[in-house]
Amino acid sequence: MIQMEYYLVVSTIMMFAGIYGFFTRRNLLAILISVELILNSVDINFAVFNRFLFPGQLEGFFFALFAIGVSAAETAVAIAIIINIYRNIRNIQVKNMNELNG
Amino acid sequence: MGITLELIVFLILAVFIVASSILAVTTKRILRAATYLLFVLFGTAGIYFQLNYSFLGAVQLLIYAGGITVLYVFSILLTSSQGDRAEKLKNSKMFAGLLTALAGLVICLFLTLKNTFLPSHFEHGELPVSAIGMSMMSGEKYGYILPFEVISVLLLACIIGGILIARKR
Repeated sequence: MIQMEYYLVVSTIMMFAGIYGFFTRRNLLAILISVELILNSVDINFAVFNRFLFPGQLEGFFFALFAIGVSAAETAVAIAIIINIYRNIRNIQVKNMNELNG
Repeated sequence: MGITLELIVFLILAVFIVASSILAVTTKRILRAATYLLFVLFGTAGIYFQLNYSFLGAVQLLIYAGGITVLYVFSILLTSSQGDRAEKLKNSKMFAGLLTALAGLVICLFLTLKNTFLPSHFEHGELPVSAIGMSMMSGEKYGYILPFEVISVLLLACIIGGILIARKR
């Protein structure tokens, strides 16, 4: 029998790996990959809480489903912005992004 | 409590996910980071399958592993040159990030393991897709027609926004 806490430990480690990457990466795409890890760990938590604590209901399931859709939208827009930045300054390192051109 | 096949599968998945997610944020090459992210997403889909949420696992494989990762790989190939490495970070900043993440991890794990949840029990049994469809399309209590419509508007806005931002001027 697998306890619920085992799943929570895995998702917590995944989340803090993402937070570490968010702090230490200096490339915009690498930062976006870290954000993706954080979102993914939250989805695991939703599904696990739904399955173990309230197996008759579907709230966590639908939250995970909609969170996947929202994160897909977020990734698409973020990658469009990053490609636009690359077109303007030929670089996607954070240190080169010190001015905003309106 | 014996060692069951379920537990062995879970342990393999857990080690796979933890190792891949740590490698994804520590590797120097960005394309490898995207590949490790793909492995993490596959492992997450495996966890969904193990929880008997096959539909969620299929959605995860289709949207995340099939769609988003391809988008990442394309944009990485468009924006980085050959042999591009992550630049070396100052040791103090690296250490500060590591310390913050570890402190947060320890606090969250402590709270999670200390907390007594509601009595949890795992029931086998597949969630029928018809039940998912019915509650997604119903406007009754516990129906999800409003978020369904809102997310369709969000996806339309995101398509238009992506084209507007990334088009050539």
